Amino acid sequence: MANRVVITGLGVCAPNAIGLEAFTKALKEGKSGIRFDAQLRELQFGCQIAGEPQLTDEIISRYFAPLQLRGLNASGILYGVIAGTDAWKDAGLAINDNETPDWDCGIIFGTGILGVDKFRESIHLVDDKNVRRLGSTAVLQTMASGISAYLGGIFGCGNQVTTNSSACTTGTEGILMAYDRIASGKAQRILTGSCSDSGPYVWGGFDAMRILPRKFNDTPEQASRPMSANASGFVPGSGAGALVLESLESAKERGAKIYAEVLGGCVNSGGQRAGGSMTAPNSIAVQRCIEQALENSKIEKSEVDSINGHLTATAKDPVEIENWSAALNRKGADFPFINSFKGLLGHCLAASGSIESVGTVLQFKEQEIFGNVNCNEIHDKIGALVDASQIPRKTISKSPKIIAKASFGFGDVNACVIFKSFSD
Amino acid sequence: MSTNERYTILKDIIKIYLPEDVAIEAVSEESHFINELNINSAHLVDIVLDVEDAFDIRLENEDMDQMQTVKDALQIIDNKLS
Repeated sequence: MANRVVITGLGVCAPNAIGLEAFTKALKEGKSGIRFDAQLRELQFGCQIAGEPQLTDEIISRYFAPLQLRGLNASGILYGVIAGTDAWKDAGLAINDNETPDWDCGIIFGTGILGVDKFRESIHLVDDKNVRRLGSTAVLQTMASGISAYLGGIFGCGNQVTTNSSACTTGTEGILMAYDRIASGKAQRILTGSCSDSGPYVWGGFDAMRILPRKFNDTPEQASRPMSANASGFVPGSGAGALVLESLESAKERGAKIYAEVLGGCVNSGGQRAGGSMTAPNSIAVQRCIEQALENSKIEKSEVDSINGHLTATAKDPVEIENWSAALNRKGADFPFINSFKGLLGHCLAASGSIESVGTVLQFKEQEIFGNVNCNEIHDKIGALVDASQIPRKTISKSPKIIAKASFGFGDVNACVIFKSFSD
Repeated sequence: MSTNERYTILKDIIKIYLPEDVAIEAVSEESHFINELNINSAHLVDIVLDVEDAFDIRLENEDMDQMQTVKDALQIIDNKLS
């Protein structure tokens, strides 16, 4: 019998808010985190807007010692440590200052690419024949597992400390990796999450692919339009989300508050076959991922109350809706409520799955489904499958029991996790 | 710049690298960076870079090998600046 797994802590460093309270309010009220980016204009990007967390020195100094900040030039590490520390504290866990690691606590914290600005700095020094000037943290800031290493050291974790990476699926995949480890009894508590760096060196490749919107440089808050008739590409974003997953037994023993239960899920790949490619999903695989996520969670298709989609605001949104509809065998007014937070956040890439999962789980606590923005005119193909009432354009009062969250990524990889409101 | 001024600048550099349980008052000229001040060898690499920046000098590999104590560091700085 697998251990039951619950969520006991949340933390977030998002483009539209830093910290749980502000993030909840921002999602509720539809506060956008998408802004004009002068650096992108200077560099002549087509898309000159982005969703970037608004950090200040004061905020950073609350999470980092001066020594940790020496030469630190990796925005993903800033976001990840902020979100991770908040989730840890929110779960009521102490920072382990014993000499003995906490063998029952681990970290699974993903990223797509880490420390890009530090890497650029290093490349310049190396090319100038000045490798001796790199300093001691160039490696730590640019290794993919840098973020889990920073977090594992801060909290003194002695269980698995690792970083997963599966493009825009990363954050959602990490939740399922943490779930598996706790369900199988190999760990009691895992801090899971993901982060993504900011900046032109991360976002440039997407601009070159011409999949970012170019007509909203003067109206950034309107640029990200998931599910709408005039969606024209995803807005690049960055940040981090973090969740503490814990065995129900441990959570009860500690008297921890419980946000929701993780029932299970599925990760798979479309193998870049049957319409799947490096950049497009194989729909058969997406449907299979959703169906198996429900099967593994022992949930009927009819029981899903709400969906938080991947829904990036590209031409692929209607395909995603078709896949949900086919997998759940539901349409029209019978289709679950569905939302995408990308209208407010942009697409935070490797961080998207975890930031959006934090938002998804907050809906249980708030007993609300957070509204979609920039979607007054629903895309025809979506409207044909989903009744407009199921695409709330304003936050609505509703106590969901089952919410499905999915993320899909380059490389034709999928992840779907099933959250349930907690009851004993 | 007097030796005293150099010592003050050096102590300011060292300060940030001290572990929480070592106070700046514990630093003397005789202090051994690794054995007494508990500064790890990775951070010693960064102290060298900070010293280079502060005094506008360049430390070679052999200088770094010799730099065991605060006094060693001061000696190296003195030699470079003279």
